[in-house]
Amino acid sequence: MTKILIENGRIIDPANAVDAVGSLCIADGKILQVLTPPADFTPDLTINAKGQIVCPGFIDLSARLREPGHSQKGTIKSETRAALSAGVTSLCLPPDTKPCIDSPAVVEYIKDKAEAADYPRVYSIGALTQRLDGTELSSMFALKQAGCIAVSNAHAPLGNLLILRRAMEYAGTHGLLLMCRANEASLSGKGCAHEGAMASQYGLPGIPVAAESIALAQALELAQLTGCRMHVSQISCKQSVIKIQQAKKYGLNVTADAAIHQLHLSENDVLPFDSHYHVIPPFRSEEDGHYLREGLANGTIDAICSDHQPHDLDAKLGAFPETEPGIASLETLLPLTLELTSLHRIDLHKTLAALTQKPAAILGLQAGALTPGFSADVCIFDPDLPWQVNEQTWHSAGRNTPYWQQSLIGKVTHTIQGGRLLYKFRNR
Amino acid sequence: MHRHLQLTEHGKLKHFLSIEGLSKRLLTEILDTAESFAGISEHQVKKVPLLRGKTIVNLFFENSTRTRTTFELAATRLSADVLNMNIATSATSKGESLLDTIRNLEAMHVDMFVVRHALSGAAHFIAQHTAPHISVINAGDGQHAHPTQAMLDMFTIRQHKKQFAGLKVAIVGDILHSRVARSQILALNTLGVAEVRVIAPKTLLPAHVGSMGVIPLHVMEEGLSDVDVVIMLRLQKERMNSAFLPSESEFFKCYGLTETKLQQAKPDAIVMHPGPINRGVEIASSVADGPQSVILEQVSNGIAVRMAVMTMTLGHHGGAA
Repeated sequence: MTKILIENGRIIDPANAVDAVGSLCIADGKILQVLTPPADFTPDLTINAKGQIVCPGFIDLSARLREPGHSQKGTIKSETRAALSAGVTSLCLPPDTKPCIDSPAVVEYIKDKAEAADYPRVYSIGALTQRLDGTELSSMFALKQAGCIAVSNAHAPLGNLLILRRAMEYAGTHGLLLMCRANEASLSGKGCAHEGAMASQYGLPGIPVAAESIALAQALELAQLTGCRMHVSQISCKQSVIKIQQAKKYGLNVTADAAIHQLHLSENDVLPFDSHYHVIPPFRSEEDGHYLREGLANGTIDAICSDHQPHDLDAKLGAFPETEPGIASLETLLPLTLELTSLHRIDLHKTLAALTQKPAAILGLQAGALTPGFSADVCIFDPDLPWQVNEQTWHSAGRNTPYWQQSLIGKVTHTIQGGRLLYKFRNR
Repeated sequence: MHRHLQLTEHGKLKHFLSIEGLSKRLLTEILDTAESFAGISEHQVKKVPLLRGKTIVNLFFENSTRTRTTFELAATRLSADVLNMNIATSATSKGESLLDTIRNLEAMHVDMFVVRHALSGAAHFIAQHTAPHISVINAGDGQHAHPTQAMLDMFTIRQHKKQFAGLKVAIVGDILHSRVARSQILALNTLGVAEVRVIAPKTLLPAHVGSMGVIPLHVMEEGLSDVDVVIMLRLQKERMNSAFLPSESEFFKCYGLTETKLQQAKPDAIVMHPGPINRGVEIASSVADGPQSVILEQVSNGIAVRMAVMTMTLGHHGGAA
């Protein structure tokens, strides 16, 4: 296999507390040595990373690839290309595919497609309940054996709290991580925007923050009761940050993530009736955004995910409430993460850890670090390179992003997965 | 965004989607133009040739006989050709998308869409995606806006009160679900009234009503104190089924407009209602038919205001001779 030498880059590896300019050597698909190359190292490929940052490949806790079932929106092939161009070398696929990931056959199908797309690190999240209908437990043991990394009910509601309790106990029995998107459906109803000033003004059905925080409070209580290892996905409000912080303080083994766009945009940024801002959970108030960023800075929020949801054009063409929610967000993950440092003064090591070391720990993966012997999943990026989000630079099949045509700073230049250079940025 | 979408580069009205972003000058121009049309309905020949040769499509995705009829009359009196499309019962229920419906009608070379739709933002969406020569008038979109209704209310208020400065206006009832109230609030504040109060139980007020430039109140007697204008809103019957209210009779007790409650307002206060009214639910018959009620004037004024907005958006300013 190819030996790769990455030289002159600033190597940042939060897991190993490394931040220094030096070289990274890759051999046999693995990290060989960091900072100084061995004397006898003869690379087949040398990458000059001068002025760039070299870090572990990003691990995305939630990215929809739209296959199987919604290939008009994107395919495993197209979306894993987008992932590579975004420096994402491992990703978790939520179970709301069609059919949903409630049987080993679907897991196998995804695995085959991912291998055919030359992107083996697609981790399926199994459905928590059969058909995601919230009533009967899925065959979690079989799903785990087939390769599911966790279980979740995605955005689908559970019938009642007893089912959540049993699901936690059963997932715990098989040592499966339970990923929970907190939402009390009776409170969120047909809402399509944050229940705040913007929704009040434009007459959009609102989703109160309590729809999330009440469901979260219940889930935390049940996690306490059952001892289930729970990860809370895509929190969006102040109340959720406070609840997670308290739960952690009192020793509950819980982790949480936020979607990158939630750390930047608020209801005030939503252009009236522009469906590109239609996302669930909705963009909350400025204060909520502030608490999310603070939660990330103080470690209450462990990880940043893309919550990538590519859509076809039709899905976003219509009156705001009838359009499908979601943002194609893989490729804006890095520049927006860098903005957390440039704009909001959050330590770069912290934000990079939230994309590498932390999600690896949540998933229990031997990844997210440049430790010798680990699989060589590496991302090289230019933190100062401005680029425009447009047809020329974009890889995802979904162009549904509020950042379309905008200029962002920070671009992934090389992505190495398993020691193979799979993406190289060509400045077109 | 609204501003650009609704106005031409010269600041003239291109579409009429929302009161938001429109200046006091422009709203006054609508009222003045409507004034010039108001007499026409009383002429023996109730037509002017301002929009001869133009085709106006009433595109109603939600049933409404009254609003559609006044738009139709307004268009007819301007000599336009009118096509009524009731899509609530036809195309989109067969799976045709909103955009396909618009494209098909565009191909028939129409000049204006008058749109009513059950979802907030539908009229904006159509205005954004329709051919540049077509004007769009919002005849009510979800819970967002009903700007012609608001302007006919402003017209009625101006007829009776002569000016907006210094007026205290109370809007009573289901503010939360009301596109009419949202547009009225924007129009009243733009035209410079002294105070807009909204009176309703907390279940029927938007979460952040305070940010809308109004004073929220829950006790009607207090809210009506010293007001010049009382605007009652229609209460939809289905609100009882989703825990917004216990019963119609309890609503009437607290928020129904009776002669006794009306005594809190100024003696010359006018009573308005966008219709159709629920007698004994939001308003007592004796008030609806009483001397202070201007409800039927609102209906006649609706035609003049819609004629004004149609001529202004299609580029004929100045109104009738």
